[in-house]
Amino acid sequence: MSRRLHAYVLGHRRAYLIGFALSLLSTGLSVTNPWVLRLAVDGIRSGAAPRLLVGLAAAYVGIALTGGFIRYHWRMKMLGAGRRIEYEIRNDYFAHLQRMHQAFFQHTRTGDLMARAINDLNTISRLVGVGIMHSFNTIFMFTAAGTLMFAIDRPLALVVLGILPLVSLVFVLLGRRIHRQYEQVQEQFSTLSARAQENFSGIRVVKAFAQESAEIATFGAINREYMTRSLRLARTSGALWPAMTLILGGAAAAVLWQGGQAVVAGRITLGQLVQFFGYLMMLSWPMIALGWVATIVQQGLASMRRIETILDSRPVIAEPPDPVRPERLRGEIEFRDVSFAYNGVPVLRGINLRIPGGATVAIVGPTGSGKTTLVSLIPRLFDPTGGAVLVDGIDVRRLSLPVLRGSIGLVPQESFLFSDTLEGNLAFGLEGGDGSRAREAAETARLAPEIAGFPLGYQTVVGERGVTLSGGQKQRATIARALARDPGILILDDALSSVDTRTEEEILQALRRFMATRTSLIISHRISTVRGADLIVVLGDGRIVEQGTHDALLAAGGLYADLYQKQLLKEALEADEASTP
Amino acid sequence: MSTAFHEDEIIGAAYDARLMRRLMGYVRPYRAAVALAVVLLLLTSAASLVGPYIVRIAIDEHITPGRLEGLGVVILAYLGALAAAFILRYAQTYMMARVGQHAMYDLRMELLTHLQRLSVGFYTRHPVGRLVTRVTNDIEALNEMITQGVVAIFGDLVTLVGIVAILLYLDWRLALATMLVLPVIILFTARFRAVAREAYRAIRVRLARINAFLNEHIMGMGIVQLFGREAREQARFEELNREHLAAGMASLRSFAIFHPVVGAMSAVAVAIIIAYGGAQALAGTISVGLVVAFVQYAQRFFEPIEDLAEKYNILQAAMASAERLFRLLDEPVEVEDPPAPVRADRVRGEIEFRGVWFAYESAPEHDWVLRDVSFHIRAGESVAFVGHTGAGKSSIINLITRFYDPQQGCVQVDGHDVRRWDQRELRRHIGLVLQDVFLFAGTIEDNIRLGTSSITSEQVRRAAEFVNAARFIERIPDGYQAQVQERGATLSVGQKQLIAFARAIVHNPDVLLVLDEATSSVDTDTEILIQDALGRVMQNRTSIIIAHRLSTIQHVDRILVIHKGRIAEEGTHRELLARGGIYTKLYQLQYRDQEMRHDT
Ligand SMILES: Nc1ncnc2c1ncn2[C@@H]1O[C@H](COP(=O)(O)OP(=O)(O)OP(=O)(O)O)[C@@H](O)[C@H]1O
Ligand SMILES: Nc1ncnc2c1ncn2[C@@H]1O[C@H](COP(=O)(O)OP(=O)(O)OP(=O)(O)O)[C@@H](O)[C@H]1O
Ligand SMILES: [Mg+2]
Repeated sequence: MSRRLHAYVLGHRRAYLIGFALSLLSTGLSVTNPWVLRLAVDGIRSGAAPRLLVGLAAAYVGIALTGGFIRYHWRMKMLGAGRRIEYEIRNDYFAHLQRMHQAFFQHTRTGDLMARAINDLNTISRLVGVGIMHSFNTIFMFTAAGTLMFAIDRPLALVVLGILPLVSLVFVLLGRRIHRQYEQVQEQFSTLSARAQENFSGIRVVKAFAQESAEIATFGAINREYMTRSLRLARTSGALWPAMTLILGGAAAAVLWQGGQAVVAGRITLGQLVQFFGYLMMLSWPMIALGWVATIVQQGLASMRRIETILDSRPVIAEPPDPVRPERLRGEIEFRDVSFAYNGVPVLRGINLRIPGGATVAIVGPTGSGKTTLVSLIPRLFDPTGGAVLVDGIDVRRLSLPVLRGSIGLVPQESFLFSDTLEGNLAFGLEGGDGSRAREAAETARLAPEIAGFPLGYQTVVGERGVTLSGGQKQRATIARALARDPGILILDDALSSVDTRTEEEILQALRRFMATRTSLIISHRISTVRGADLIVVLGDGRIVEQGTHDALLAAGGLYADLYQKQLLKEALEADEASTP
Repeated sequence: MSTAFHEDEIIGAAYDARLMRRLMGYVRPYRAAVALAVVLLLLTSAASLVGPYIVRIAIDEHITPGRLEGLGVVILAYLGALAAAFILRYAQTYMMARVGQHAMYDLRMELLTHLQRLSVGFYTRHPVGRLVTRVTNDIEALNEMITQGVVAIFGDLVTLVGIVAILLYLDWRLALATMLVLPVIILFTARFRAVAREAYRAIRVRLARINAFLNEHIMGMGIVQLFGREAREQARFEELNREHLAAGMASLRSFAIFHPVVGAMSAVAVAIIIAYGGAQALAGTISVGLVVAFVQYAQRFFEPIEDLAEKYNILQAAMASAERLFRLLDEPVEVEDPPAPVRADRVRGEIEFRGVWFAYESAPEHDWVLRDVSFHIRAGESVAFVGHTGAGKSSIINLITRFYDPQQGCVQVDGHDVRRWDQRELRRHIGLVLQDVFLFAGTIEDNIRLGTSSITSEQVRRAAEFVNAARFIERIPDGYQAQVQERGATLSVGQKQLIAFARAIVHNPDVLLVLDEATSSVDTDTEILIQDALGRVMQNRTSIIIAHRLSTIQHVDRILVIHKGRIAEEGTHRELLARGGIYTKLYQLQYRDQEMRHDT
């Protein structure tokens, strides 16, 4: 058993110990029943009073009731512990996911992570519940029956004992295969789950391009492979139980052969042989259970491995061991010879940039030039591969993460909302749902008038990812969400791309006041959005190609001036076109 | 905006028999295999019954008389019976596993196929995680029922009937007395069933909630972390998890009670035999041997009942899942294909809206998104929709592609109501770039081609060059074969937009090209290149463009200004400017830069 699972189980050792004791008790009680029956039969034979029979009948019921009561608690203890462990691991699993860094989620499929949290944990729950419960029981039964057998006849008992290695052999042979094949099944289950998840998330694209049949075919192939793998597993694990029965039968045959000779030789009586047989049969259920439990254990361990792969992956970005916790960040940002690569592919090179606290800096540059990457280094969504990012003169890797992120309001390029009310979404970053701050932010983001138009207003529930809002509404909601935190550093990553010009202008106007006292970074492709910034940084192919104010850059006549010319040119063309009658 | 979004509420009285019959429908194609499994099961029982018989022969004929010769043969026979039982049992188990897996495969395919037919509106109302739970875990629960339930239940029932027959044959009065406990068991089972079912339903519902929560929070983990919400989201998750645990404990409890109660009932039956049968035996009406036999049979009688109870556990879980699955399968297809769709090899691309009123909610009185919209787009014309955000531009596209149907009025393509088209046929003629880019896990090439296998790699490359995506794709180490992660996580947003654009181009829509904010995050150089390319594509093709940057719509023939769900203005760029309405204002705002330069 894995160390981690061990720890979880140990956390419930009381429940398990009590369960174990109860299981002993109930087995002990259940052997008294035949005894009562014997008394009854003997009583009838010897013509006892009917009252005695009634008394025995009552005793029989009484014993059964007591046994039932014990069994109830036994099950509740052991199986309950299993479920609680499942609950604990699932909590820890999610907590761990929350600590994982951005890159982890980009390379792990959502459906896969979901399958682990549900399916694999289910299997683990069975392992630590039913699995452990029956293991205890089986061990106990083996010991009891074994002792009794030895009491009757040593040589015969040794014959039975000699069969036992066969059991381990079967386990070794089949167990490992079951483990491996089950892992393959679970892996395919994850694929299936991930595929379904993607299909449902991307249903608009599927429908827009009439890809339904192709999707069904792809899913069909995955589904078929899942079936194939499951059947391969069934071929192995299906043999386990019959094999156990077979081994037991083999033992019985050996006992018959050896015992028969012993009886003939007069070493034991026929009655003893029959009794011996009786005990051997007592083992038949535990033997079957053993096969069953073995499957549960193998599957549970395989699933635990899959959970541990996740739990063992260390977050690359984590709270430093000795974090600096300044009261408030002034918002001075410095990139010091920063370079960055995604899996070895360089994206940023030699970035040196100082942003004084309270300044407004704009970043422009072609598609894929690294703008988003650059700003995501500030809240430590990624850490630079070379150089350092400093806020208030402190390397961000030394700052306490909650403090750092708490003072940043980032509006990501792609809007993401949760399926919650608008209010819940806007107040997402606020401790305690301070509705007024959220409303104020909605004003600034120019979302308030539209919200007022919704029948349910701020209580309107938006669909997953905010699908029930228009593109611009969604984007403004994410702006409002960032503003509501009242951050010291505001980062807008192309955050006005989906709103119309008038709204953009209004938002910028309202933001200007907000940005006056805060450090702001604005990424945009539009000159109109960035021209008012204190500093404009032009990024090209992962390097800073130019920087300066709007006027300085225009005068320099570089890339920015070129961009300006192009945007102007287009407009001029239209303007001319428009002004010619 | 549906309030029922999170609710997967527990549905009322369900009819087991009906559910069961429907479930068995999935086993029916494999009835031969099931029949074979039943036969195998009976043979297995027979083979294992041979064992005791052989033992008796060994004892009576060899051991007791002390004749050891021949004992070996008997034991060999015994081993033979064992081997037979082994093979039969194995075959039976595998047989049922096959049936279960096949039925599961079928059901999963049916479900997915049905889900592909459901409308876009359905997907906005149902969390993805819940749907995933249906396709994965719920179907899995059914599998367990088929593999472990069906045949075993049959076997148990056979045993049960057999024992009852034997008991009645031995002594019908004592038999009836023994079975006095049956009504109690039946009553109790009925009660238990209700409790257990509730517990299982609760488990299913809560599991789906956990999945929905996970789906959302894994995708939005970046936001959670940026906004420092980890602790609160953890608390919410633990709450959902705790509810799931509570439901699990409830089901556990009902079973922990059920087993002992059946056990106690069995004890009562034995007690009746001892007291009543014993008295009879004392009176000499029946023999002692009969009493002993009765006791043994009675005990065996309750074994299958307890076993059935165990199976019942599985059955209840399966029923709870089946309910949800069937409800999903019965989900009406809101946007349905007509029985006899119009046939068209070529689409000219004429589009007409006639008095269209549309709302996303089914109770639309307050919330019309489009109000009495009428317009006509000629074949080959290019048109732009402009307007403030939330004005209803994308909603118009949603109606043309028939993602939704309007409440009033009609939308026509080539003079036929879109409701008379086969949806997929209709959409095949439309090249659509959606406002939200969605990429699938797979290669870049796969994402451009999607599942349309007739598109060659060469065509993919040409489309990529056309939208100017080729430049960046070729710089990625694996080029077109580079893996795109889920949702295109490893690409910049502009790059994703270009891929989505290439996707629409390569599918070479006959006529219609619909671009909803297709280049909002693309840099100016690329945009200029695309503009030029677009000019060529739009020739002879009906095109609809939505853009907030007026510079991107300079090529169009006509502009429709949408304002609060109505068409406010309509005309060419010049006409609209001359009118001095909303468009003029939009325009002036955007080109203040321009004017400022003129001023200075
Ligand atoms: N998670 C990632 N893994 C690998 N490569 C990535 C990842 N994210 C971005 N890239 C690559 O890094 C480069 C820079 O991406 P980035 O998102 O920073 O560009 P950008 O300047 O913001 O572009 P846009 O204007 O399109 O938003 C691109 O070539 C992109 O493909
Ligand atoms: N799936 C939906 N369910 C409910 N309401 C919706 C849905 N999609 C859009 N809406 C609402 O319909 C209205 C019009 O939305 P639409 O997406 O058509 O606007 P738009 O003109 O495209 O805006 P934008 O320029 O911001 O993309 C908005 O108020 C929006 O909240
Ligand atoms: Mg970007």
